Amino acid sequence: MATLQVELVAVERKIWSGEATSVIARTTEGELGVLPGHTPLLGQLADGGVVTIHTDSGEDLVVAAHGGFLSVTERGVSILAETAEISSEIDVPRAREALSRAEGEGDSPEAQAAARRAQSRLRAAGETV
Amino acid sequence: MAGTLRALRRRIRSTKSTKKIFSAQELIAGARIVRAQARVEASKPYAREITRVLSALASSASLDHPLLTERDNPKRAAVLVITSDRGFAGSYNVNVLRRTEELLALLRQEGKEPVLYVVGRKGETYYSFRNRDTAATFTGFSEQPNYTDAQEVGGALIDVFTAGQDDEDGGAGADGVLGVDELHIVYTEFRSLLAQVPVAKRMAPLEVEEVDEFDYEREDRESGTTAGDSGIPTSYEFEPSAEGLLDALLPKYVTTRIYAAMLESAASESASRRRAMKSASDNAEELAKNLSRQANQARQAEITQEISEIVGGADALVSSGAND
Repeated sequence: MATLQVELVAVERKIWSGEATSVIARTTEGELGVLPGHTPLLGQLADGGVVTIHTDSGEDLVVAAHGGFLSVTERGVSILAETAEISSEIDVPRAREALSRAEGEGDSPEAQAAARRAQSRLRAAGETV
Repeated sequence: MAGTLRALRRRIRSTKSTKKIFSAQELIAGARIVRAQARVEASKPYAREITRVLSALASSASLDHPLLTERDNPKRAAVLVITSDRGFAGSYNVNVLRRTEELLALLRQEGKEPVLYVVGRKGETYYSFRNRDTAATFTGFSEQPNYTDAQEVGGALIDVFTAGQDDEDGGAGADGVLGVDELHIVYTEFRSLLAQVPVAKRMAPLEVEEVDEFDYEREDRESGTTAGDSGIPTSYEFEPSAEGLLDALLPKYVTTRIYAAMLESAASESASRRRAMKSASDNAEELAKNLSRQANQARQAEITQEISEIVGGADALVSSGAND
């Protein structure tokens, strides 16, 4: 079966790369699933979004990606994010704390961005927000 | 005699203890270079990907974005200088600042008024000592810059650049903010452990640097695909529109370049510091060696003198006893 070559890179390091059967992400336009053979595409990921990668070995890799882009080519998929965390690395209590702190700070753009980041972390970790 | 010996011993002691500080600094800087180099490497995949995405976008969309278009009659130019927070780094800061002066002279010659943005405490003190205005200074992260630091700097620069769009002759435009028409950056490029070169680059209006062809080919070999398929320009679909993507991508691209410059500068800073500290501790060792030679000579001279005094005294006693 054909697979996708997926690269997940954050600004400060490369987070994950490998073979996957499909990638599910949310762009600013809506939810998007990528299977092998997808048309080349560039998309901006929605803030506070979660990217799910179904890896070749049958595992699901859930990633909280913030401020990112998705690029699909014949070779595969690259996901570029300013910050990205794999669900297993996410500290749920800390994210909850960050969320409540950000919500308490009012409506400034920074607070809202922080809140969205915390929400995407929680969603990626499988929590309900 | 005894006085000089004591003074020499004191100097040896102090030279040796400063040498300890120098060699500790050398070791720390050495460890930091390795880390800084690793961070430069770690940031490369993102820079490569974002450049690739941007080149793809550039070939598909009409490039009509304020960050890409040259302005008629540019009046003001922002210059971002990256220096270190701490000294003890040899000629590192001097070189960057000298390169900056060259750039400033060039800009003035072209009739543009330079506006300074400074990263690092050393640059800050350099300009404040000379009573020269800086638009903003950012300090506290020169050795270990984070992406958030780059975002802070990049955000400020992009804001002032966007504000410069509607400036008229000599005055602020409709938005009431005096902006700039060009962005330049001066940083230190890390070529190798022995060579760090200060470079000045224009960031905006920007030219997208093409991804190195060589890199493409190597990657193709690594991923096992044939080199042929990278040459065909692919037509992309865009979500949202190509223009919307360009709006979101370009500021990030500028920030990424600032971040890369900061990382290179951090690596260069540590490398310069290690070299400076190495020669300082070598010099201290040399000095301590010479001083202990002098001290030994002084000690020997003192002993010789004491012996001759004793011998002279004994002779005097013997001769006076013989007279009795």
